[in-house]
Amino acid sequence: MKMTARFLARLSCPKKDGRMHWWVWALLGILLAVMPWIVAAGFGNTWLRILNFALLYVMLALGLNIVVGFAGLLDMGYIAFYAVGAYLWALLASPQFGLHWPMWAILPLGAGVAGLFGLLLGAPTLKLRGDYLAIVTLGFGEIIRIFLNNLNAPVNITNGPQGISAIDALHFGSVSLARPMDLGIVTIPSLVAFYYVFLMAATAIIGIALRLERSRVGRAWAAIREDEIAAKACGINTRNVKLLAFAMGATFGGVAGGLFAGFQQFVSPESFGLLESVMVLCMVVLGGMGHIPGVIFGALLLTLLPEFFRQVAGPVQQALFGKIYIDPESLRMLLFGLSLVLVMRYRPSGLWPSPQRQREIDDTQRVDAPAAMPVRHQ
Amino acid sequence: MDIFLQQIINGVVLGSIYALVALGYTMVYGILGLINFAHGEVVMVGALVAYTVMTALLPTGLPPVLLALLALLVAAPVCMALAWIIERYAYRPLRHAPKLAPLISAIGVSILLQNLAMMIWGRSYHAFPDILPPLHYDIGGAQITLLQVVTILLAAGTMAALAWLIQRTAMGQAMRATAENPAIAALMGVPVNRIITLTFVIGAALAALAGLMVGANYSVAHYYMGFMLGLKAFTAAVLGGIGNITGAMLGGLLLGLIESLGGGYIEDLTGGFLGSNYQDIFAFLVLISVLVFRPGGLMGERVSERA
Repeated sequence: MKMTARFLARLSCPKKDGRMHWWVWALLGILLAVMPWIVAAGFGNTWLRILNFALLYVMLALGLNIVVGFAGLLDMGYIAFYAVGAYLWALLASPQFGLHWPMWAILPLGAGVAGLFGLLLGAPTLKLRGDYLAIVTLGFGEIIRIFLNNLNAPVNITNGPQGISAIDALHFGSVSLARPMDLGIVTIPSLVAFYYVFLMAATAIIGIALRLERSRVGRAWAAIREDEIAAKACGINTRNVKLLAFAMGATFGGVAGGLFAGFQQFVSPESFGLLESVMVLCMVVLGGMGHIPGVIFGALLLTLLPEFFRQVAGPVQQALFGKIYIDPESLRMLLFGLSLVLVMRYRPSGLWPSPQRQREIDDTQRVDAPAAMPVRHQ
Repeated sequence: MDIFLQQIINGVVLGSIYALVALGYTMVYGILGLINFAHGEVVMVGALVAYTVMTALLPTGLPPVLLALLALLVAAPVCMALAWIIERYAYRPLRHAPKLAPLISAIGVSILLQNLAMMIWGRSYHAFPDILPPLHYDIGGAQITLLQVVTILLAAGTMAALAWLIQRTAMGQAMRATAENPAIAALMGVPVNRIITLTFVIGAALAALAGLMVGANYSVAHYYMGFMLGLKAFTAAVLGGIGNITGAMLGGLLLGLIESLGGGYIEDLTGGFLGSNYQDIFAFLVLISVLVFRPGGLMGERVSERA
């Protein structure tokens, strides 16, 4: 594990000044561009769908990373913003109300509304710290889900537990991504088209996140994360900056949610449970909180690996024992839980933490949390 | 009026169960500053083990009360052993780790236990056997069953015993010292690690009792039951001021009452707009509004920004 991380770290900044060689970028670009074709040809459409979901999770994890990783605010209800974005798309572009708004209107609106919900969550929780914040955000997420689940009576808005179906797919003008696209020379299958759109969105979000980290606000977030009182003493308006973190993070979630609805063409409250929030949080922490490449790695790993187990566990058992002993689905979750415990035990700062953070941890066993107290093994 | 009283009774029963579970959260938090996310699953394991023991012994024809007692005698040690293992292998190695690491580890344990339970007991709902004759008494137009009376008394008794243990015994003193400052407590000769383990184990014993009570009162046990229950109990602990024993009891009772009354009256209050399926949001709405005005919970001390 450590070796892999070191290798990845070397790959990410091979030059002295920390920049990548241009050919690394070019290679990466080509690889990402041909990826869907290879995956579709080699592994089938199931895996292409999974890849698309992985990209959505990258966006979500980067959004949550702003709140948890940059600003150090533990948000356990993050999926609520994803839900807001998804349902907004579902309501404005489906037969539910007979509305069929264009993507260019819904996505920015979704980002805005999700950001507003972020402020709504942020405002009452400004004074809360640590674990109190965790439980309140968790409650907020549950409240949103319960409302989505029950807003079918007396006025049917969300269609309750059945969810909303027959949602318009992502479309540019009259070109819908749900149908194969005929470009004369090649025909781009629907899933591949979605992949490219998601890849572009994810790249944009990565770019924004990278710029944010180094911006004035980003430094203010880091200051608050490390020491809120000192940050305040330095003249940082902690209230506004914290609210901004919630709103910014929520915006990313809202966009990802909209894309999700436009991809899946079906939304139901089931997709937005607490486990999903926890999953995204795990991606951030497991990958390396606050470190953008780490978070992307975490998101990809936690989407692809469990799916891999689900696909492989059944056939392998069939081949070895001639029958399926353990349901692949529960095996997947079992291994997921186990790996969370093991990774945290052996790499508590994540699989790929930022070099700076890693140094801090190596240098001194920092004692900054009540959980980290000087108790020695007996 | 009788409906009101009935809701109060239901609320107190629910609240005493919440309180028992909340104690497990709050004790661990008080000492380690850790949200023991897996605690709800320990309750679930307690309920399912109790269910298994009782259904296995049902053909022997022993009186149901005795069965319940035997079930508790098996379920409690199982839960305690489980908590010991969790503490030793999932939490203890992480005491010096960054703040979020133990939380993620706890979430991992929770998912692990849930899926193990699903493999052992399956996905179906198990009907919990009756442990007491279905007697009930009328008070002021409302009914209270014998089971409810026993639940309330048992919970109250257990909590009184716990309060005595923590306030009056040397062990309790050591626990309080560890919660105050583990380093200094260790210097004073308190075996800090043993005290922490003990805290987990006591919490697990309470969880086993709570599991049996939930099973008996709602006649059902299920691999997923620990999740929401744990969440509510944790909410109760935070409501009362996490880390505070009395706070957890108060928070549990309050939450039970709010849920029960809220669920019963929400339709009247909103003119039929919101139904009782919104019951679950009360817990969280109350929590949020309490924390806005008292960020440390109802009975929490005003914590200084920096320790």
